Amino acid sequence: MKYMLLIHHGETQWEQLSEEEQKRIPADYQAVSSTPGVTPGTWMEPPELATTVRVDGGKTLTTDGPFVAVKEALGGYLFYEADDLDAAIELASRIPAARLGGAVEVRPLKES
Amino acid sequence: MLASLIGFLGDFELAEEAAQDAFAIAAERWPREGAPSNPRAWLVTTGRNRAIDRIRRERTLTEKTRLLELPEAMEDAMDETPIPDERLELVFTCCHPALELDTQVALTLRTLGGLDSDEIARAFLVSEQTMAKRLVRARQKIKRAGIPFRVPPAHLLPDRLDAVLAVVYLIFNEGYGGRSHLADEAIRLGHALAELMPDEPEVHALLALMLITDARREARFDDGVIVLLRDQDRSLWNLDQIATGRAALDRALALGGRGIYALHAAIASLHAEDPQDWPQLAALYAELARRTGSPVVRLNEAAAIAEAGDVAAALVLVESLELEQYHYHHSTRAELLRRVDRVDEARAAYGRALELVHSDAERCFLQQRLAELA
Repeated sequence: MKYMLLIHHGETQWEQLSEEEQKRIPADYQAVSSTPGVTPGTWMEPPELATTVRVDGGKTLTTDGPFVAVKEALGGYLFYEADDLDAAIELASRIPAARLGGAVEVRPLKES
Repeated sequence: MLASLIGFLGDFELAEEAAQDAFAIAAERWPREGAPSNPRAWLVTTGRNRAIDRIRRERTLTEKTRLLELPEAMEDAMDETPIPDERLELVFTCCHPALELDTQVALTLRTLGGLDSDEIARAFLVSEQTMAKRLVRARQKIKRAGIPFRVPPAHLLPDRLDAVLAVVYLIFNEGYGGRSHLADEAIRLGHALAELMPDEPEVHALLALMLITDARREARFDDGVIVLLRDQDRSLWNLDQIATGRAALDRALALGGRGIYALHAAIASLHAEDPQDWPQLAALYAELARRTGSPVVRLNEAAAIAEAGDVAAALVLVESLELEQYHYHHSTRAELLRRVDRVDEARAAYGRALELVHSDAERCFLQQRLAELA
């Protein structure tokens, strides 16, 4: 099965974290990225830089900001080829954002 | 039978179709040729073969190669083949936390309990259509999101087993409120789990809890009015079932069971004794409250303390709890106030309980108590 893991950041601020935690986070992300089956994505710029586009009756409506509220916005993603959902849930639980007030959405990808 | 087919095919929808095919063939053939010596094995084998035919016809299902590699099965010659019991894998799939709790319950009842979707719909007060949709969505999620069909590995087992036990206990409690076929179904599931996981203490503890609680079923209602434990006609209790429950509890304790269900079951067992050991009950409730942090359990602890003789201490405990919207909080407080002759306050508390109560049986009970105060 192929999964896309959508990483949403919570409201935890970097400065609020202990020095030890600040050191652990990049190491944990590195460990996730180097897990067999993982294809790392690219980090996104913050949601404040996002633009959202809707089309209503042929008219394009452009608004400033992300589609969902800023604090829940998507911040990154990765692809994971795994045996089953349990394996994907385990990987998701190792992503630091998941324990820092954010969340990781696990989405199966359609078989092409 | 459905569990075996799902296990073999790894696909809920295909398994259901195959099972229907097998029953249709049986309905046509058995009256003519007589039933086979092992009907279940015959149905599973026939269902498998029908499924293989279906898959062969639908070439696009490439992921089913596991199935295609199997040698052609001989329908009637396989009557005595032992069929592996795959209910355990199935229960973990049905109770996977990636499914909504309501869906877990419905799937468990449908695939392991053998209830059909309109029975489940009636039991949970939703339309047949809603329930059918929910089940279809669940099967699609299992298949397309890759929810595994297997007993979880050791590091995941405790959490996943908790989820399974919670589903079974939820079904039991739905039944305990009056829909007794659900309680029967939950007990049947409890027996099956105990057979499938003989070394898990909490599985035996849950079975014990359900058996002992359910053994008092006949005594619990009188003309639709709830009868308090201490007023129950004990001759209506099913003593054999209490004994079976206690044996399950002993097994749980012998396996080192000290979990939530073991505590619950020990409490249920003590309640079935005459006279009840109230100080011991109060201690068990206190331990359970400590583990669960549940104010409702604290309320039960208070009731036990009162029965043990210390009504004043019980009242202090009850009044410290934040359960403003819970009718038992008010009815328990009312009962304690009545015992210390604070009649006006008791009356007000019964009134508040009556405002919050939902079940007719409980309303009748509260009205009776209120009338007795006057």
